[in-house]
Amino acid sequence: MNLNATLIGQSITFLVFVWFCMKYIWPPLTRALEERRRKIADGLAAAERGRREQELAARRAAEVIHEAKEQAADIIARAERRAAEIVEEAKAEARAEGERILAAARSEIEQEIHRAREELRRQVAALAVAGAERILEREVDERAHARLLDELAAGL
Amino acid sequence: MATGEITAGEYIKHHLTNLTFGRFPDGTWGWARDAADVQAMGFWAFHVDSLAWSVGLGALFLWWFRRVARRATAGVPGGAQNFVEWIVEFVDANVRGSFSARNDLVAPLSLTIFVWIFLMNLMDLVPVDWIPQLAHLLGVPYMKIVPSTDPNVTFGMAFVVFGLMLYYSVRIKGLGGFVGELAFQPFGRWGAPINLVLEGVALISKPVSLALRLFGNMYAGETIFILIALMYGAGWILGVFGGLLQLGWAIFHVLIITLQAFIFMVLTIVYLDMAHQEHH
Repeated sequence: MNLNATLIGQSITFLVFVWFCMKYIWPPLTRALEERRRKIADGLAAAERGRREQELAARRAAEVIHEAKEQAADIIARAERRAAEIVEEAKAEARAEGERILAAARSEIEQEIHRAREELRRQVAALAVAGAERILEREVDERAHARLLDELAAGL
Repeated sequence: MATGEITAGEYIKHHLTNLTFGRFPDGTWGWARDAADVQAMGFWAFHVDSLAWSVGLGALFLWWFRRVARRATAGVPGGAQNFVEWIVEFVDANVRGSFSARNDLVAPLSLTIFVWIFLMNLMDLVPVDWIPQLAHLLGVPYMKIVPSTDPNVTFGMAFVVFGLMLYYSVRIKGLGGFVGELAFQPFGRWGAPINLVLEGVALISKPVSLALRLFGNMYAGETIFILIALMYGAGWILGVFGGLLQLGWAIFHVLIITLQAFIFMVLTIVYLDMAHQEHH
């Protein structure tokens, strides 16, 4: 083991290497590491924020859905009520229409009956006249007995 | 084995000799041809292989980390960035755990120590003959490729750490505070001489143990690899046995090289933390 000037050379080299490492290697590497650490921290914070926002949005969405459901239920109830009303109205109208038609029919029948009765009366009068003619075997002066015949017809 | 004719002793010695460039006693500079030349050169000699490998590996580390650092994004990291960040965060966690003061130097220092020493130790796993043999073919007589088996390298790093310890001790506590710490503990004012001896030994032992621990572990590991490699020249039964041994030792060594790099780093952090602590 012989110590010689190699020792000095090695010492100087060592100092230069340490200086170089300190100046050009250590700072950029630790800076990159630090920056990455910060980036990750930021990312995690952003994720946390996003999660909270998402939670909030979900709650808001649930609220909106709830509201919409209520509104829908309200609308359906109103629509049902309206439908029932319409049905009722239609029924009432139909009933009224039916009654009107019935009334018209009834009055027409009434008229028909009346007319038929008039016709019948006239025919009965004619028949009575003809019968009387035949019974009397002579001509009856229609004009002379018109008043009598009319009275007879009214009496039927 | 390097060559067929040399003895085991020569083989081991060859593998443990650095490629040395230095000043001969007559004042001229040149390459050392053998151990005697190295002895003659004394202090003014450079282990060119240790320096070249350590500088090369350190430069590789810096180049690669710099490349990743320049492209570092805060977004999704690629494979290289992920790996580098993993190491950086590992080192950073250790610094945060052991170092309580504020100092921008300590973390990059620890990173450099950990990765650089790991890479230097990693060279231990390259089969001991490959690169020396290649160097031999290229005409280079000696080539020790594991810089951390060179005490100069480990002491060079430990002394820098020691220098930083002294610098920060004086800067944080003042010269008086630092000397006071050495002189007035643990026996108080009147035990100053004993205190100085005790604390002085404790202080000096820090860089020495730092350097010798790494050097000792790596040198021992390397020596065992060399001894195992000797078996390859001793018949095929021993050769196969040696192969198995080398595999086992290499696998075990993966743990050691990482552990030694880690220990050097952690002790550096702890020592510098102690330098930053006000009187305790």
